[in-house]
Amino acid sequence: MGEREYDASSHAPPAEVEEMELVHPRTFLGKYIWSQDAKVIAVQYALTATAIGLVALVLSLLMRLQLGFPNSLALIDPGSYLQYVTMHGMIMVVYLLTAIFLGGFGNYLIPLMCGARDMAFPYLNMLSYWVYLASVLILVAGFFVGGGSSGAGWTLYPPQSITPGTPGADAGIILMLVSLAVFIIGFTMGGLNYVVTVLQGRARGMTLMRLPLTVWGIFMATVMALLAFPALLVAVLMMLLDRLLGTSFFMPEMLSMGEGGEHRGGSPLLFQHLFWFFGHPEVYIVALPAFGIVSDLIAVHARKNIFGYRMMVWAIIIIGALSFVVWAHHMYVSGMSPYFGFLFATTTLVIAVPTAIKVYNWVLTLWRGNIHLTLPMLFAIGFLFTFVNGGLSGLFLGNVTVDVPLSDTYFVVGHFHMVMAVAPVLVIFGAIYHWYPKVTGRLLDTTLGKIHFWMTFLGTYAIYYPMHFMGLQGVPRRYYAYGETAFVSDSVQSLNAFITIAAFVVALAQLLFLYNLAWSYFRGREAGPNPWRATTLEWQTPHTPPRHGNFGEELPVVYRWPYDYSVPGVKADFIPQNVPPEAVEREAPVGRGGGS
Amino acid sequence: MAIAIALIVLAGGSVLFYFLSPWHLTPLASNWGAIDDTIIITFWVTGVVFLAISLFMAVALIRYRHQHHRRALYEPENKRLELWLTGITTLGIAALLAPGLFVWGDFVRAPDDAHEVEVVGQQWHWSFRFPGRDGVFGDARNALIDVANPFGLVADDPHGQDDVLVDHPAVLLPVDRPVRVLLRSKDALHNFKVPAFRAKMDAVPGQVTSFWFTPTRTGEFQAVCAELCGIAHFAMRARVQVVEPQRFDAWLAEQPTHGERIARGPGNPEAGQAHYAACQACHGPRGQGQQATNAPRLAGLDARYLRRQLHNFRVGARGTREGDDFGRQMRPFAQSLPDEAAIRDLAAYIETLPLAPTAATVEGDRRLGERLYRSCATCHGPQGRGRAAYRAPRLAGMSDWYLVRQLEHFRAGIRGRHPQDAYGNQMVDMAQVLVDDAAVRSVVAYIGGLATEE
Amino acid sequence: MTVSLVLMAALMAGIALWLFRQSLHVRPWVAESGPGRSVPAPMTAPRTGLGVFLAVVTSVFSLTISAYLMRREMGTDWRSLAVPGVLWLNSALLVLASLALQRAWRAAGHGQEGRLRRALLAGGGLTLAFVAGQGVAWGQLEAAGYYLSANPANAFFYLLTVLHALHLLGGLVAWGRVLVRARSGVPAAQLRPSIELCALYWHFLLLVWVVILGLVLAT
Repeated sequence: MGEREYDASSHAPPAEVEEMELVHPRTFLGKYIWSQDAKVIAVQYALTATAIGLVALVLSLLMRLQLGFPNSLALIDPGSYLQYVTMHGMIMVVYLLTAIFLGGFGNYLIPLMCGARDMAFPYLNMLSYWVYLASVLILVAGFFVGGGSSGAGWTLYPPQSITPGTPGADAGIILMLVSLAVFIIGFTMGGLNYVVTVLQGRARGMTLMRLPLTVWGIFMATVMALLAFPALLVAVLMMLLDRLLGTSFFMPEMLSMGEGGEHRGGSPLLFQHLFWFFGHPEVYIVALPAFGIVSDLIAVHARKNIFGYRMMVWAIIIIGALSFVVWAHHMYVSGMSPYFGFLFATTTLVIAVPTAIKVYNWVLTLWRGNIHLTLPMLFAIGFLFTFVNGGLSGLFLGNVTVDVPLSDTYFVVGHFHMVMAVAPVLVIFGAIYHWYPKVTGRLLDTTLGKIHFWMTFLGTYAIYYPMHFMGLQGVPRRYYAYGETAFVSDSVQSLNAFITIAAFVVALAQLLFLYNLAWSYFRGREAGPNPWRATTLEWQTPHTPPRHGNFGEELPVVYRWPYDYSVPGVKADFIPQNVPPEAVEREAPVGRGGGS
Repeated sequence: MAIAIALIVLAGGSVLFYFLSPWHLTPLASNWGAIDDTIIITFWVTGVVFLAISLFMAVALIRYRHQHHRRALYEPENKRLELWLTGITTLGIAALLAPGLFVWGDFVRAPDDAHEVEVVGQQWHWSFRFPGRDGVFGDARNALIDVANPFGLVADDPHGQDDVLVDHPAVLLPVDRPVRVLLRSKDALHNFKVPAFRAKMDAVPGQVTSFWFTPTRTGEFQAVCAELCGIAHFAMRARVQVVEPQRFDAWLAEQPTHGERIARGPGNPEAGQAHYAACQACHGPRGQGQQATNAPRLAGLDARYLRRQLHNFRVGARGTREGDDFGRQMRPFAQSLPDEAAIRDLAAYIETLPLAPTAATVEGDRRLGERLYRSCATCHGPQGRGRAAYRAPRLAGMSDWYLVRQLEHFRAGIRGRHPQDAYGNQMVDMAQVLVDDAAVRSVVAYIGGLATEE
Repeated sequence: MTVSLVLMAALMAGIALWLFRQSLHVRPWVAESGPGRSVPAPMTAPRTGLGVFLAVVTSVFSLTISAYLMRREMGTDWRSLAVPGVLWLNSALLVLASLALQRAWRAAGHGQEGRLRRALLAGGGLTLAFVAGQGVAWGQLEAAGYYLSANPANAFFYLLTVLHALHLLGGLVAWGRVLVRARSGVPAAQLRPSIELCALYWHFLLLVWVVILGLVLAT
């Protein structure tokens, strides 16, 4: 086979991981507000992201009201509609999904899963959260300034994003840009922590290839985010200069309010290139942590090792690398040189191969497993189904010719919500049901959870699947109303009303979920240290919830990969990572069990 | 179990939905059948994969659900299987990609015999330009655009003189002749899209973009804007009629060239004064309007708006609908004007009449009105003085009872729905923002307040 | 975008290759009793942290430079600006600052606290002088009519140099902390890791400056 056995002795003699000094505050403020404990920071990140996410959810409901029942609310005029579109998109993509996956799950899981006491630079980590919070507040301030928040669409395309005729062009857009710059600075502080902790903070024996896929996903996503966010930062700075100091980076010779403007010669396409150079990796920045987490959820709850672990790791790496060379598939009809279409269609479809491999390996992990249909598992299955659907519709949009009639229609809206909204959010829910017992010591209520799952899964599918067909008919996106558009059939209006009702059902389910979170915190069933009988290190902590420093007196030593489930000849159906081979309790030789 | 059944039902239902749903590609009207083919190929390939994976998952969930004595298989990896799957996927992807790239090869190269039309986007309407007899477009720059030169043509470029300008959002194209569409924008990003033609492209200020197609069937099509361009993005439409070549040529010959437009100049107010004699009985000697005769104020309106409305009345784009009694009264008067020159002169005369605000007669919640007026302000101006570039007339100081009536007519589609009343169509979409009578009265009351501030 | 693309591709390829090397011959499912550690000892957390941060800064500057080149190609209004002579003096100051910090690093290694403090002070002082010199250059350009909004060449020059100066000022914050510690008598050996980071960061920003200056001179 050309492989050599993994040989620990070929490495440097096992060095002790340096014990780090932790700041143990005593006051309530120090413990829960100005905390340097990654777990507390994780919860702060998650709660802030959820709060701002709820704002974005409400905005989406307002949009749906207008689309489903046009002009029934005096509150929603075309300007406010575009403001909802913009803020909803930006909040969901950046301030909710990026923040919750990397800031929330990253902070909680990386140190625990790597077997570290804390992040590498705890003080910087704390700053990261506070800077993030500042960016959220600046963003929210946009709602309250004169002219309101920006209504330029979440892509903030110039020139219209900073010219009158677009809502929020005077103050809202400035706050949005400043907020993004602040977010990026805060994220860089956190991102340095996640990367360095994975590289340097692992426990003895935790080689890279023994890391749970969750950590791999978050790690690679962070690397990508660190390299991709600068593109947004540069674009934001240049746009701020265009807006405030009259430079012409992006602003061409053009009319503004029907009269000649002050700008000359800038290129709106330059912005689009920079934006999507960030924007496309951003898709995978959200997707890769979801990929990682869902791999672990499936393995734990199917009691089976993840199929093709190495292939899964390589797929994550390849997807991460390739995602930097596909950005212009968002720009097929933008007016860039059409010859780019050949290149970017090819790279885009190539990226489908490693992605497909991941899907195969997930479903092959289910095959011949011992599947417990727990809540995390249900959400993981929901993710698989949604992601396959959304991934396949991506093949339409990535293929340049097919994209031409479908771009800027509801097909795009359906596609990216399926793949980038519903799929990752289902993973977030699954992950919360999975790790909530570790964070709080109590399980979430199962009945409420099941209702939540079914309403969310079926509801979102009812919302987004039909949208593809509206797009096929040519219904353009970002329209306040359709009036009498010849090619938009009347049935589209009924469909829109149906989708709006489905959206309200889904929103209602989220209230149920919030209630469950609160109720179970006080009344939930006690979980014990390892309710799912999982192998990874976070379930092996001496305390639940883990205390500051995570692992009590001694750091764990790792002897095996995280997927030792149903190992033949072993009594229990899982072996935690920190159990040495000699301590594994074996079955009598007659024991049943397949495999090699 | 429930989840497995759900997966089977959803996957099967999704595939059936493709066949049964009433929403499909609009009937093709161009040469881009190949684009449709690539879409259909992609539907088939992805549909099969989608069904296969979903059903595999459902079977796995049923067969391998947790049972007390079951133990999962321990199998870290299976190189053969993984290689096979990778290989098959790669082939499938190649099968999707290859036809797409071939078609794209056609898409990026317009045929040599294609004729050209320039589509100019601006907030929030379209206009068109043909290269004229010499077949070459004159140079144009956004900085040169003004009311007299809406396309920004460079004055000393001889190629520009014979360029045919269509300064309203309706265009004709000859059937079965390949056309190369050049796109330009005056202000924001736009995207000229006719779904039935399949091809589309963004218009980007500061550069010229293009795409090509061949219209293959005659008929009338609606063009929309497919790139968010500001608050009235959704109301930015154009009419594209595909006609027999002879009709196209005749139509094109009727359209003014740039040179003709410049030569024509504005109307003659003195000549217009004579025509005004017929108007003053109802509209008053100074064009101040009289509620008693249901005739609105005219003084203060710009000549272009007046010309457009008189034209609409003449051709029946206004004043023909049921429910528009006063409009129908107006129509014969507009028809009594001898020709377009008379319209120009009359409009030029009315433009000279002095602006003296009319007394307010409409009561409403002005604070609500101020909020609602946000949607109006971009085109009609924050002070309601109107903006010629947006084709938006003055509102402040105009007869407020008339504004109420017209807004009601727009909301009900009594005014503006005629296919030839392009800007009226836009106004129908915008007037829908006012959800009830109270909203209409509030916004008009607010507009009334703007006049007294002046 | 080519510049960014090449850099980004090189970065990602480097990361990917390294990760593959880590994983290619490993059979992760084999349990081992003698757990090893795969990270080479000299890579301490702060060094790795600095490395990752420099990658981020590389990304920022390479993207700005890509935008510079693209904008220059796309617009027809590009008029190069006359580079003020003071930039050469500034360049010399930055080279000296970098050298001074290198000396401080070496001094820390040898435990020479006096030399360390002197070199450290010199490094910071020279850097401040560089930033002040940049201010003079901006003033001269402004006086000569090269306003920020007048031409994209000017706008990019200001953008790049201000970004660079901001990074240096950020570095000076770290430098100030080291200086305070050095003055309060912390032994040289303990200061060494921090000084080393400063020195490396300065070398890197010197390199960035050379690239920026070369770019402005070449176009």
